[in-house]
Amino acid sequence: MLAIIEYGMGNVRSVYNAFTLLEQDVQITSDPKQLRDTDAIVLPGVGAFSDGMRNLREKGLLNELTEQVIDNKKPYLGICLGLEFLAEKSYEGGITDGFGWIKGTINRIEPSDLQLKVPHIGWDDTKILKSDGLLKEMTLPAFYYLHSYYFKIPESQKNVITSVCNYGDVEIVSSIQKDNIHAVQFHPEKSQEAGLKLLKNFLDEIKK
Amino acid sequence: MLKHRLIPNIILNNGNVVQSVQFKHTNVIGNAVTAVDFFNSWAVDEIIVLDVSRTKDQRQNFHKIISGLSKRCFVPLTVGGWISTVDEINQFLKEGADKVAINTQAVANPNFIKEASNIFGSQCIVVSIDVKKNNSKKYKVFVNRGTEETQLDPVDWAKQAEKLGAGEILLTSIDYEGMRNGYDLELIKNVTQNVSIPVIAFGGVGNWQHFVDAINIGKADAVSAANIFHYTEHSTYNAKEFLSNAGINVRMPVFYKLPTPRRPKYDEIY
Repeated sequence: MLAIIEYGMGNVRSVYNAFTLLEQDVQITSDPKQLRDTDAIVLPGVGAFSDGMRNLREKGLLNELTEQVIDNKKPYLGICLGLEFLAEKSYEGGITDGFGWIKGTINRIEPSDLQLKVPHIGWDDTKILKSDGLLKEMTLPAFYYLHSYYFKIPESQKNVITSVCNYGDVEIVSSIQKDNIHAVQFHPEKSQEAGLKLLKNFLDEIKK
Repeated sequence: MLKHRLIPNIILNNGNVVQSVQFKHTNVIGNAVTAVDFFNSWAVDEIIVLDVSRTKDQRQNFHKIISGLSKRCFVPLTVGGWISTVDEINQFLKEGADKVAINTQAVANPNFIKEASNIFGSQCIVVSIDVKKNNSKKYKVFVNRGTEETQLDPVDWAKQAEKLGAGEILLTSIDYEGMRNGYDLELIKNVTQNVSIPVIAFGGVGNWQHFVDAINIGKADAVSAANIFHYTEHSTYNAKEFLSNAGINVRMPVFYKLPTPRRPKYDEIY
């Protein structure tokens, strides 16, 4: 069983639909206790960082997530906000603390080419740096992105980055992997076969 | 590089997929689920579904169709037609839509754009603008499924919509729609030059070159069409190939091996 966390941030239904297509048993839940019995946890989300963190705290999900993912090493997949939360803090609308599981900060996308629109919306080429795990068997896939902020990771910590997307002179971290923690900035559930393939790869990782 | 998007528009009248010519709907093509499966030639980048029914009698049916469609749609799904409340936006998102297109209600109450984008984020709110030249040959925004002329100029209205928090503009020429002579490039250009949010061009495609023109001449970020996709097999794939050969940066489908059936079995949809 795989749990998708519902905490009032965006459309979890499409993530559910994608895993269902892959014939995976999956459950949408807001109940922290249910995270204890699952094989893996998926945290999707679109919207404001601070609203998301507040909702996770208020529902008691943050403490349980930390226990399951950090202490019990349960596989975690963060999508969009679920990637951004991993940072130490975000500069979106003030400063908000994140989970702090990965060093770095969430900053606004500001390409020096003013022709480039923000938010970064649409299908974009994704350069693979580590072609195993979630990205196995892929070469320069296009994924669907939808965000205005990105994860800036300090030079010394960059070994967690598994793929990037160059938007003008901004190098967007597209995906991260550190032990049992996986996260993607784009939306695999909306990226057709490339996205479904990535989710399938995640399911393969869980079974290992 | 960010790619130009190809977006089929599925127009539903009382639950049936129809062809549309200058907003008059004829030729029932079939049901929407078949249409989405058809577009799963895996070449489309997004799907728009619009309810153009003249009454809201069949609205519950439309909601059911959206829930069914979203189970098969693994690209972003935009839903529009008759949307006038935050509650209904919420309902569509729960049913699996990613964005909503707002038209008549945005004109009636521009603050609705602001309210909706504050709650759901700008990325979720598409403002749909239907345009027609009035009797004095001036571009005007029309509402209520094209039946009612307003005093709004499309460029001014698009700029205002952006300011209020719209994430994208879906721009339709009523005069050109269904005529197969290409897009109203002048209209598209006027709007794209004056807003900085993405503009989706719709209405009038009769051949694949018309997509290229909307992007190269009109500067549209995304191109949409309806009728042209209905009768030919692999039409979206062929359109993509044409765009690619014309030097437009588009996403070409890559077929990764998935160990699951391509057409999964679902519970009864309706």
